[in-house]
Amino acid sequence: MRRLVSDTLVMAERNLVRFPRAPELLVAFTVQPVMFVLLFRYVFGGAINTGGIPYVEFLIPGIIVQNIAFGGFVTALGLNEDVHKGLIDRFRSLPMARPAVLAGRTLSDVVTNLLSMTVLTITGLIIGFSFQDTSALNVIAGVGLMLLFGYAFSWVFALVGLLVSSPEAANSFGFIAIFPLTFISSAFVPPASMPSVLRAFADVNPFTYVVDAIRHLWIGFPAGNHVWGAVVWALAIIAVFAPLAVYRYRRAAGG
Amino acid sequence: MRVGARVPPPPIVPAASSVPPPPTVQAPARNRTGILISAGTPPVGAGPYCLDMDASLPADLPASTDASDGDLAISVRGLCKAYGDVRALDGVDLDVKRGTVLGLLGPNGAGKTTVVRVLATLLRPDAGTATVTGLDVVRDAAKLRERIGLAGQYAAVDENLTGLENLTMVGRLYGMRRKLAKARGLELLDRFELDEAANRPVKTYSGGMRRRLDLADALVAKPPVLFLDEPTTGLDPRSRLSLWETIEGLVADGTTVLLTTQYLDEADRLADTIVVIDHGKVIAKGTSDELKDRVGGERLEVRLDDDADVDAAVQALAPMSDDRPVAEDGLVKLSVRERRGSIVEAVRRLSEAGVGVDDLAMRRPTLDDVFLSLTGHVAEERADAEEQAA
Repeated sequence: MRRLVSDTLVMAERNLVRFPRAPELLVAFTVQPVMFVLLFRYVFGGAINTGGIPYVEFLIPGIIVQNIAFGGFVTALGLNEDVHKGLIDRFRSLPMARPAVLAGRTLSDVVTNLLSMTVLTITGLIIGFSFQDTSALNVIAGVGLMLLFGYAFSWVFALVGLLVSSPEAANSFGFIAIFPLTFISSAFVPPASMPSVLRAFADVNPFTYVVDAIRHLWIGFPAGNHVWGAVVWALAIIAVFAPLAVYRYRRAAGG
Repeated sequence: MRVGARVPPPPIVPAASSVPPPPTVQAPARNRTGILISAGTPPVGAGPYCLDMDASLPADLPASTDASDGDLAISVRGLCKAYGDVRALDGVDLDVKRGTVLGLLGPNGAGKTTVVRVLATLLRPDAGTATVTGLDVVRDAAKLRERIGLAGQYAAVDENLTGLENLTMVGRLYGMRRKLAKARGLELLDRFELDEAANRPVKTYSGGMRRRLDLADALVAKPPVLFLDEPTTGLDPRSRLSLWETIEGLVADGTTVLLTTQYLDEADRLADTIVVIDHGKVIAKGTSDELKDRVGGERLEVRLDDDADVDAAVQALAPMSDDRPVAEDGLVKLSVRERRGSIVEAVRRLSEAGVGVDDLAMRRPTLDDVFLSLTGHVAEERADAEEQAA
């Protein structure tokens, strides 16, 4: 167990060391989401009716959750690269804890997610977002919930990275599967405005649960049981995808 | 069928195994090329090794065979691995003595990499046993990983890290403390002449530098056994030579090396013993000299005049050899029975046939000749000739 922890930290460090050296990655994590925030706030925002609360308040939790879910993308790309460059073989020939490669990947995503979350929150505060009807504890609970949800999606992306044949394929998975999932939710518009089929989907979409939970925790939005629903969703995703990814890791490496 | 699993190797006595003896008592096993296959082993490829593909290892086998291994660093018996219908390994036997180099030679897809992957605990065999430093590659895999180093066909290094960071990471994954891992990394960078590039990201390295770093990665824990899978494929001649020197240095220090290669000169230079595999089976074993001796005696090469009659030359020289001479682009090659007098005889025969000769030379067979005769169509011609002769 001590070995698993120390090996996981070694792997996480390995993944994070590259960021300060790769400006293009930092751009992907900071500038790009900020651009989206500005576009939504100032281009679409005026046309979207969010029933009484200003669109910027509505938008910020949604867009942060979307970004967090995509944060695991680094895991997909990284694992895909490791498989193709033979690094997985090297790791498997070392006397290290087996799950550490995946655990290290997903753990380093938590760090990068925290970074992009901070950037987006600050941007939000600058353009008019404010925490309302909340407490420090609730704000922190919101941060924790989003990190947990992001962590869950890192496992989804871990499986994707191990399954697909190329980084491009991982990329298209992100756009084809995750992008619509984030849009057909309460992240950017109230589901009430959608056609009934989409609305039914949005109502059970994990993104709706998480976004509504964050709105509840950060701006006092009525959320019903969505906070617990979000936690359950995140844990369920981990429970399904982590074992699948670990299984696939063993297989992908030829075991 | 795990031949020899309970028998202390070496030697493997066919009678002691559960393989039924061949119907006819035919002392030294020969393959179709007539090359002697290391005497004392069961007929290679003939055993029903892989018939019980699904059989799992019996649980009552001893955990390790340290006592019986003697000075063997690697011992492989009846190794089988199939991917669907393709038998990547079809009953491979190997022994490597401590402190020696075994060259595993074969064309692409022969099963070389599969052998390495099994020995490096990356792949579970379907059947057969393999021990490295007395540890079983399946049962004792976790412990074995502390004693082996692997340098693969592709430099398995992290391009986003510096050379030093790569080595430090590997050292820490071997369980070293950060400080020790870093010190060991610096030592290796110095040894592999990468010290100047120590703090540069690996993506700025040349192919040769990456391979050296990859090999350094494999050496971090000073493993007694090293697996090198085509270590010089794709390298320029100078980098190749320097890598060879490094490997020779490691062996001089007592490291056991199993090396796969497609390059015969590489096996010729580095390997104490060569094992040739094709289609997942061992088709010949021996030292480089033994293999060359077995493939036939001296080679005579005759370069004909531009306007010479090639067929007439082949006909004239044919009686000097057990094989049919091979003619290609005005060059006629044949293996002769004896070196002495062959040149004089060849000149006499060719001049009687009225064939003009431009140049003529004797040479020792190369491993290329061995390889061609073991795997290529030349071998089949030879087998046909033997059948006719019989």
